[in-house]
Amino acid sequence: MKRAIPCLIPLLFILHFPCSFAGVACAEQELIVSAAASLTNAFTEVAQKFEAVNSKMKITLNFAASGALLQQIDKGAPVDVFASADQKTMDQAGEKNLILPETRRDFVKNELVCIVPAGSKLRIEDIKDLTAADVGKIALGNPETVPGGRYAREVLTNEGLWEQLQPKYIMGESVRQALDYVVRGEVDAGFVFATDATVAKDRVKVVLEARKHKPITYPIAVVRSTKNRDLGQRFIDFVMSAEGQKILSGFGFKTP
Amino acid sequence: MDMPGTISFLQPLWLTLKVAGTATFFAFLAGIALSFLLAKGRFRGKEWLDAFLTLPLVLPPTVLGYYLIVLVGRNGWIGRWLHDVLGITLMFTWQGAALAAAVVSLPLILKSARAAFECVDENLEQAARTLGLSETAVFLRVSFPLAWRGILAGTMLAFARAMGEFGATLMIAGNLPGKTQTLSLAVYAAVQAGNDSLAAVLVIITSLVCMIVLVSSGRILKTSYLKEINR
Repeated sequence: MKRAIPCLIPLLFILHFPCSFAGVACAEQELIVSAAASLTNAFTEVAQKFEAVNSKMKITLNFAASGALLQQIDKGAPVDVFASADQKTMDQAGEKNLILPETRRDFVKNELVCIVPAGSKLRIEDIKDLTAADVGKIALGNPETVPGGRYAREVLTNEGLWEQLQPKYIMGESVRQALDYVVRGEVDAGFVFATDATVAKDRVKVVLEARKHKPITYPIAVVRSTKNRDLGQRFIDFVMSAEGQKILSGFGFKTP
Repeated sequence: MDMPGTISFLQPLWLTLKVAGTATFFAFLAGIALSFLLAKGRFRGKEWLDAFLTLPLVLPPTVLGYYLIVLVGRNGWIGRWLHDVLGITLMFTWQGAALAAAVVSLPLILKSARAAFECVDENLEQAARTLGLSETAVFLRVSFPLAWRGILAGTMLAFARAMGEFGATLMIAGNLPGKTQTLSLAVYAAVQAGNDSLAAVLVIITSLVCMIVLVSSGRILKTSYLKEINR
């Protein structure tokens, strides 16, 4: 019996085994790009093409809610380029002096849509239909950190529905989590970017375009603490180039 | 912005205690039954069952979260039945969080309770049988009281583990303030939102509560040990 207790202690350490970083020593130059979750698929391809053109470079992508990425950079994460899904988050980065303002560019535009699971029988023709009793749960990104959620809040506030729908919200850690909840049918409806809905177009149905919000433009900038300023600038130039824009439009993003 | 007032930490604290308490209660019942079976039972595949039940201890919480979503999600095997027949959904509820915490903390009770049951002198149990006690009475009056300290130690650890559960909880219950946002999730949300002052309050409270659990478990163990020797 007494033996059981010491035996448990090493087990406790196993619970949260720290992941070791893949410490591959490399001669090539590495660029860390923190990008909004909604850019996951598009930027993965952009990075592949960029690496194909610049053979000695390795792009490491870090996707999360823009607000979470901002906090990482603020706490000293070694990020070289930051792409956010809204102007507000980038403005906050600017106010905290975290980015090089002269490198800041708007590189794509997006839309906010209301989606339901593909098999859903709900009839949502107007945003006010979300108040119906059979719409039980509505997924959106947490407006504190997720731009997609912030736009959804703006739309619902402007429609005068934000307070009324409060009990129905399921807040995701990123817009992609909100998307996933709809895809799995765990919620009845959700707000995501048009490009997110396209990624899962077989499994979700767009029922509404939510229009009452400020234009959604994505800014990108080099992070001030970078040691690879030129390389960061080259990545931004590639994103802005005809080739980069072509990849992005392939995923449904519009030119700003 | 959340107000860093009393509300914003009392709610997650209360919810954490509720979730961890419920989880520990069910893990305790299941843990006692299963560990007794594993300690005293003789059947094929016993060690495989033990390994299966211990899996949550070593699997990444995200893997557990995924299994739970597939099982109890609205379209999951069990979840669909719960929803259609009983009208219950565990997703995004504190009960869902408690389920995740119970699964994660079960192995801690199971392991220490099994060891404790195995340490109980079989001669004592046989003696009780020769004196005419039924199997239930043998368990309640001999095996369980003798194994009690090991079980209690495991239960305390299970409670502490349930309090800190994060990954699987986030996946199955979400991070809904006031509904499923336990202390560990509230810390995460506060740091993500850059609300460092709230995060600081929350981590201090979490650390304090864990200290209290550990110290009181030490006390309980010591007093019950003393009782045992003085008997």
